[in-house]
Amino acid sequence: MTHFLTPTRRQFLAGTAGLGAAAMLGGRPAFSADVDWKKFSGQTLEVNLIKSPRSDTLLKYLSEFEDMTGIKVNAEATPEQQQRQKTVIELSSGKPSFDVIHLSYHVQKRQFEKAGWLADIGGYLKDPTLTDPGLTEADFAEAGLDFAKDSDGSLHSLPFSVDYWIIYWNKDLFEAKGIEYPATFDDMVKAAETLTDADKGTFGFVARGIKNANTPVWTSLMLGYDKYSVEDGKLQTDTPEAIEAAKLYQRLMSKSAPPGVSGFNWAESQSAFLQGKIGMWFDGVGFAPPLEDPNKSRVVGRVGYGVMPKGPKVQASGTFGDGIGVTAASQKKEAGYLFCQWAVSPIMGARLLQAGAGVPFRKSILTDPKVREGVTMPGEWVDTVAACGDISRLALPVIIPVTEFRDVFGVALTNMISGADPADELKKATEAFKPVLEKSEKA
Amino acid sequence: MAQRPKEPTAEELAGQHIRLAPNYWPFVMPALAVVLAVIVFPWVFTIWMSVNEWTLGQDRTFVGMANYARLWGDARFWESLAHTLSYTVMSVVAPVVLGTLSALVFNARFPLRGFLRGIFVMPMMATPVAVALVWTMMFHPQLGVLNYLLSLVGIPAQEWIFNPDTVIPSLVAVETWQWTPLVMLIVLGGLASVPREPFESAEIDGANAWQQFRYLTLPMIAPFIMVATIIRSIDAVKSFDIIYAMTQGGPGTASETINIYLYNTAFAYYDIGYSSAMVIVFFALIILLSMVLLMVRQRMQWSEAKTR
Repeated sequence: MTHFLTPTRRQFLAGTAGLGAAAMLGGRPAFSADVDWKKFSGQTLEVNLIKSPRSDTLLKYLSEFEDMTGIKVNAEATPEQQQRQKTVIELSSGKPSFDVIHLSYHVQKRQFEKAGWLADIGGYLKDPTLTDPGLTEADFAEAGLDFAKDSDGSLHSLPFSVDYWIIYWNKDLFEAKGIEYPATFDDMVKAAETLTDADKGTFGFVARGIKNANTPVWTSLMLGYDKYSVEDGKLQTDTPEAIEAAKLYQRLMSKSAPPGVSGFNWAESQSAFLQGKIGMWFDGVGFAPPLEDPNKSRVVGRVGYGVMPKGPKVQASGTFGDGIGVTAASQKKEAGYLFCQWAVSPIMGARLLQAGAGVPFRKSILTDPKVREGVTMPGEWVDTVAACGDISRLALPVIIPVTEFRDVFGVALTNMISGADPADELKKATEAFKPVLEKSEKA
Repeated sequence: MAQRPKEPTAEELAGQHIRLAPNYWPFVMPALAVVLAVIVFPWVFTIWMSVNEWTLGQDRTFVGMANYARLWGDARFWESLAHTLSYTVMSVVAPVVLGTLSALVFNARFPLRGFLRGIFVMPMMATPVAVALVWTMMFHPQLGVLNYLLSLVGIPAQEWIFNPDTVIPSLVAVETWQWTPLVMLIVLGGLASVPREPFESAEIDGANAWQQFRYLTLPMIAPFIMVATIIRSIDAVKSFDIIYAMTQGGPGTASETINIYLYNTAFAYYDIGYSSAMVIVFFALIILLSMVLLMVRQRMQWSEAKTR
């Protein structure tokens, strides 16, 4: 047994790496000394990341991982859409150029699962020489585990960051009209219409209108009717609930949203909201930092962060997420696993949350009062994040052709903003998408 | 000076069958290998992919002409074809007309001509994606400078690329802004080579400015306009960057050209077989278009020869 005054080299290294994080994590060391972090020292890992505030955080602290493990990391971060395309093409070639991959669960989960592109890391998670004792399946939020596990229960990636959809609301505009933050969908429609004053250029509501990007807005609304877009492998997109959700989308986007919203993605919605002319903006939770940045925003300190109001049946927060895993083709799976473990570690998760760059899937990070103290975003944002976790539901179907799903229904939704009948549009889109879904599952 | 022997014309050469000596082949091989590897092989491979049902990450099966049959009934394909045609026609005609007019302006002598000409060609030098991003901001219905400028003269705000009805003309405006200078430069080169004498005699004969332009300038610069038209047509039909960066084919599919649809099918839906079939059909259409353009060009040459 080693005495704490005469530690082994391994313990010393792990200890020093942990010291930096101790302040953030209530004095706990960040990395366990039981794991042989240096076991794969000298190996070189190729890491493929999605360019985002999440990957920026990883890249910023990459040298800490390299110092702790002696593993050299070549990391590449490309914008989301291009990264998805590039990695799928490489993975389907059978010889990807990377060992570790950052994936978008809500788009790629089923595709990756069916193709068997990721290594099974369930065994590593149970191996105490490879895994920090704090890292257990139970520590991940349920949605994260749903994402990370295949239908047979095997674990192929570690849940990295969750994205809940929330409502950013402008407190000044609400106060000026003397109204409260809505509690239900009906209240939300009323509030949006009360806040809208087209002559003054003020609009009650904004969300994504552009094809593809707009589909999660509608499927999130659908959750309030207690309906998923695909249930038991069958499309639910022309059910009465789906049509009601589409009518709600149409009403909000045509009566209370700025003109041209059918061409808006999150960026246009964000710039409109930043100008202080929008009552409510419905989108992912990660957009708080620019809203609180005085160089970019006219609404600093005046933004409310609201949980999605209750629908006619349930209150649900549309949930999306990223994971990180090791490719099945990699020759350095254990080293890759160490990287994944580091990426979802308490210290990295704390940094993610504290900068407002993302929300970790690990419950122990979110509930740690020390971590919460260091968060630079308003307290209301953190409360909203925590509240979303309790009502979280996957907003996109776990199918292979997610992009095509988003495109086909996205076009229907855009047409609705221009006045098309929701029932007709959804019927057409459902008929068009049905064979695509059936084919993908048959193949 | 001794007269050089007359070189054989292309027609004469084409009639001959040139047989290379065996020791020439090593010189031909590198070029041949490159052509086979980067042109012939990809085409053969694309044709092969187009007769297979192949989605990345899934198994491949031979389906014969099924992908082509699917194209026939795919409304989105025909719609994108129509968008491609209207986009191409507009973004050829507008820069050619405006480019020719600006060439006439810059051909005249006036102070600061060189400086202004330099400014005029600047858009051409910018990267299309950067141009697209700047224009997207200018087109923003609430925050864009264009609607602000319109409001100064009392015109109501427009939705530009954010409305299905105006998206293609708005994109064409950007394309026109960027590529009118190219047409101007080509036509300006033509104008510089126009001889003075016919104009002098036309003046003596009492021809007015319009008549001089219509019966002298225009026929003489027509071959240059034709070259500009061909270059613009090729560019416009394959245009991708500006559309993708500004609208990604939206709102809905209102500005989805074949290129964008093709890209989505291949790289967003990973439907390699179907997108290959689309490529083949699109390629056939481009060949058809090129032949039409070449025919028009040849006819023009014949008509020039007749008038000579």
